[in-house]
Amino acid sequence: MDDFLIRALAAGFGVAIVAGPMGSFVVWRRLAFFGETLAHSALLGVALGLVLHFSATLGIIAVALLIGVLLVIGEGQGGRGRPGLPTDTLLGILAHTALAAGLVALALLDPVRVDLMAYLFGDILAVGTADILWIYGTGAVALGVLMAIWRPLLAITIDAELARVEGVKVRAVRLVFVVLMALVISVSLKIVGIVLITSLLVIPAAAARRFARTPEQMAVGAALIGCAAVALGMAGSFHWDTPSGPSIVLGAALIFAVVSLWPTRRPRRRARGSGKISRSG
Amino acid sequence: MSIDPAPANPTPREGETGTLVEVRGICLSFGATEVLSDAGLTVREGEVVTLVGPNGAGKTTLIRVLLGLLRPDSGTVWLRPGLSIGYVPQSLSVDPVLPLSVRRFLELPRRPRPGGIERALAEVGAGHTLDLPLQTLSGGETRRVLLARALLREPDLLVLDEPVQGVDLTGQAELYGLIGRIRHERGLGVLLVSHDLHLVMAATDEVICLNHHVCCAGRPEMVSRHPEYIALFGPAIAQSFAIYAHAHDHEHDAAGRVIAVPGPEEAGDNGEGGGGDG
Repeated sequence: MDDFLIRALAAGFGVAIVAGPMGSFVVWRRLAFFGETLAHSALLGVALGLVLHFSATLGIIAVALLIGVLLVIGEGQGGRGRPGLPTDTLLGILAHTALAAGLVALALLDPVRVDLMAYLFGDILAVGTADILWIYGTGAVALGVLMAIWRPLLAITIDAELARVEGVKVRAVRLVFVVLMALVISVSLKIVGIVLITSLLVIPAAAARRFARTPEQMAVGAALIGCAAVALGMAGSFHWDTPSGPSIVLGAALIFAVVSLWPTRRPRRRARGSGKISRSG
Repeated sequence: MSIDPAPANPTPREGETGTLVEVRGICLSFGATEVLSDAGLTVREGEVVTLVGPNGAGKTTLIRVLLGLLRPDSGTVWLRPGLSIGYVPQSLSVDPVLPLSVRRFLELPRRPRPGGIERALAEVGAGHTLDLPLQTLSGGETRRVLLARALLREPDLLVLDEPVQGVDLTGQAELYGLIGRIRHERGLGVLLVSHDLHLVMAATDEVICLNHHVCCAGRPEMVSRHPEYIALFGPAIAQSFAIYAHAHDHEHDAAGRVIAVPGPEEAGDNGEGGGGDG
């Protein structure tokens, strides 16, 4: 196998392993649109990196962090007498404004130096050793932090107010999670690009739900399914000479379809007699 | 002696031993809508306080202020230092996409001592739910599991928001019986929010009737004869207690706004005709 294929697989697995657990929370907390918004802001980050002469990755992280933190703060302000728009509408406005602003900014700045297609759809075959180190370094940190906040984050996911009464620092945990999202999205961009990144978070987690009995099983299952999707997509891409990012997403979708059609016996509750009502005897 | 029919300002009890929580003078508006106006309550050790009132009266809002989930526009919340509160929210909706058994739910947000989960579930009579997915529980079972999670915190005060909502009548009586038993066995203070007083009467030490402000407060047999209570809940519910009556200083219109009623002697602010000598 060629070196660039090995590097691509290594990078893809690294991203999938982190995207599994993160994606599970995205699914549980219904943050798909939120992730999309962060991803769409990435082009603005690239532009920022160009203007300020530092790397595109740093620019992406900076802009994603800014938007993520603003959204968490805005969420905290919501509800008090504000005739608010639904969250998904606000995110829709923000996401596509950010994407459009990024496209315009890049066109104004330097249309030659930026490979727009690589950012939009990923370019996994172009990853170098430094990229792989960056993916695994960031991924290890993200997974470590996620494990540290696992229980409080799960508690918030189930019932934020109950968690807060029980002493969980809800705002702080949410901010940490947003930072993790920004990091993971910034490193995943290389693989599937801005347009398809949410699918890498959502589809493996959704597929893993079918067999999971605990949150942890779903997180690990999502990571494994993500890796399988990367392998499948790369194989398809190599075999049919198709673009790698979309092929990986199609691989994930294929796994999801197979899993969904897989016949499983739903764990049914044993019917318990409701003998409480009967007064006879 | 007279019973204060509308203690808008409860006497300060912060110095008194045994007070778990004292909420005073809470005013809170959402936009132009005033939800709470000078509302307050006090819960002492081993005491069951029930907050009654119609829908939209601000009961849950007052609870949320007490729990620190809402910041009031004005007013004070005093909690005994180190007070541990067990909170049972009005509802729990966990998306089926999150695979979660009752056991795992009770391990949040911190893992309890070994055996603690089994003991707490047994205490609330829900031992059989231990390994069931949370989403398959009935309304009554969900309440019991939530109660177990509250008990795992070794609370000094239990706060229950509509603990029997969505539970059938038999289950309601069972749940109230359970709450009463836990209170006696553990000697903790209980703050209940409820629509209907008649179910909780027997186990309640103090009833606070709330309709944006505290309409009346006192022992349940007093409150249930209070004209404001009868006006709020209708004569059918209050019928069995409708012996006691006295003059009061205001009424509510359909929107819950206070309408001043000129009393016999220029309607004093409180204490007017409150003789509880029925």
